[in-house]
Amino acid sequence: MAANNYRHALFCAIVTLIISFPILGFNLEAKGVNIELTGAKTSTIVAVILAAVAVFVFQAYRDSFMGLLGKLPKLNPLAGREPMEQSKRVKLESWVLTGIVVLALFWPFVVSRGSVDLATLVLIYIMLALGLNVVVGLAGLLDLGYVAFYAVGAYTFALLSQYTGISFWMALPIGALLAGLTGMILGFPVLRLRGDYLAIVTLGFGEIIRILLNNWTTLTGGPNGIGGIPEPTLFGMEFGRRIKEEGNTSFHETFGIAYSGEHKVIFLYLIALVLAVITALIIRRFMRMPVGRAWEALREDEIAARSLGLSRTAVKLSAFTIGAFFAGFAGTVFASKQGFISPESFVFLESAIILAIVVLGGMGSQLGVILAAIAVTILPELAREFSEYRMLIFGAAMVLMMVWRPQGLLPMRRIHITLNKQG
Amino acid sequence: MLEVKNLSMRFGGLLAVDGVSLDVQEREIVSIIGPNGAGKTTVFNCMSGFYKPSGGKIIFEGKEVQGIPDYKISRLGMVRTFQHVRLFTQMTVVENLLVAQHRHLNTNMLAGLLGTPNYKEREQSALDRAAYWLERVGLLDLANRDAGNLAYGQQRRLEIARCMVTEPKLLMLDEPAAGLNPAETKELNQLIVSLKEDYNVSVVLIEHDMSLVMDISDRINVINQGRPLASGTPEEIRHNDDVIKAYLGEA
Repeated sequence: MAANNYRHALFCAIVTLIISFPILGFNLEAKGVNIELTGAKTSTIVAVILAAVAVFVFQAYRDSFMGLLGKLPKLNPLAGREPMEQSKRVKLESWVLTGIVVLALFWPFVVSRGSVDLATLVLIYIMLALGLNVVVGLAGLLDLGYVAFYAVGAYTFALLSQYTGISFWMALPIGALLAGLTGMILGFPVLRLRGDYLAIVTLGFGEIIRILLNNWTTLTGGPNGIGGIPEPTLFGMEFGRRIKEEGNTSFHETFGIAYSGEHKVIFLYLIALVLAVITALIIRRFMRMPVGRAWEALREDEIAARSLGLSRTAVKLSAFTIGAFFAGFAGTVFASKQGFISPESFVFLESAIILAIVVLGGMGSQLGVILAAIAVTILPELAREFSEYRMLIFGAAMVLMMVWRPQGLLPMRRIHITLNKQG
Repeated sequence: MLEVKNLSMRFGGLLAVDGVSLDVQEREIVSIIGPNGAGKTTVFNCMSGFYKPSGGKIIFEGKEVQGIPDYKISRLGMVRTFQHVRLFTQMTVVENLLVAQHRHLNTNMLAGLLGTPNYKEREQSALDRAAYWLERVGLLDLANRDAGNLAYGQQRRLEIARCMVTEPKLLMLDEPAAGLNPAETKELNQLIVSLKEDYNVSVVLIEHDMSLVMDISDRINVINQGRPLASGTPEEIRHNDDVIKAYLGEA
């Protein structure tokens, strides 16, 4: 056993050397017209050897390391505790959510402009994650192309403003409805697929939308994107220094205050906040409605659900459409916040991050998803000092999180309807 | 009310059901029995729309229903249970019954979001009906538990209640007594008879428990290796030589 372990460890160490030495151990240097091969610095070589030693030690004592990791869940003070009673839990959850919203209302007035900007991004991710939570967490449909609907929302606003000069407030419902419609159109052919197959098809769909945006240069401007997307106005008041559109007034002149670039940022933040709250409330309501129960029933046992008269297509389609609708919401806000969008913003990584938020937060749980959205957006920003290692740290944090709490941050369940007539 | 004519179902080279016929009158309990693998559940799957039969006709209340999607069949009033209990285990007992009443509810999303009077009224009447049936099957005290946490016998009863809240005309029970102890089987026996007597429901029953079958069936159909072997009253079946051979082997 032990000898076997050491042999395995030695093998792993050698593999590490074989892989890393040729990559790190040599340098190609251009000297005039020739390229010269030189050895790397001593420090690099030492580092490679140290890495091999580290691999050896880890592999040799792997069982004890993994044992330690296995103990991690026990460090969680909440583990093994009885789940809270539903009535208490609902009360606590609504208090916490209200608390977060109140805190968020005051947030922009005490922090820097950069923080407000970041917070707006967090809110956009919250909207996205809440929407995806319907599809993945409640209806149990793994959607890897969710970013496509986000893109539809953003591009709807960008294109409409470019060609027709539409305002943010007009574009918001149009973008969301179009995204919802796209969700429905995509849904029809793919919803008879299950699990992994559905995931692959949605993944493909996400890429199709992105590539379409990238290559349909005459309409979308291709990789150059679309700029000059207008900011939202407040009852016809613009937030720029000068008025762009005739008939509008400017915010600072109307109120007789000095112009400040912060007004715009704060206003956008507040819009995002209101929309995120609306999203959360509507979806919360959905979860207690027949449609929410149907989503969960279909996730739990599709055959039984069908035998009771639930149409698989109608139920899944509703989840898909509603999820897409809120992605369109978020997309419109995003386009307005950035003022410029390009296909770059809608790559697969975005879908993956949104999905990670839902899984980290605990599928189906709203509070969990909101907390996870905050963590996932802010963590890479906090880790900015580590520059190139920040994605590494981000990844490690996720791995640890999944070991520590595989069910997600707050794996709270849908609020169940209770029957009061007892006995 | 239900007539199955010459039903056949082929899976590739295997003819699982071959020429099975069956008819059920109003307020009648008809059993399908036969050795394991005889094709009883396949007949059920055809009747409930899970399979599209390869041949034959299924006529329910004068309408041909073979090949109609499963969820539409159940909306016509033919609802089934499963050989292995299929509950929504992570939902509460009462929610299982609410899901079953989906089509009786106001599923208009706007009505739900706004909480219109009609929406609330329907939601309340669904809860009332759920409460009624929970009391009927003796699960009212467990209404707010997770369905997955119920004991096996209770899960069986919940599954029947879940069918009944859809207000079916014909109930298809696939081995409802499997895994029940004698006392529970007796309760089930009474429950099924009362469904017929008090709620005017016809029942098609697949069952291995002969005492249950002989007790409550009005008529029995025997299937062996996908083919109809015999049909008649319990008394006729009990004395049918072919049936005795199929069950006990040649003497």
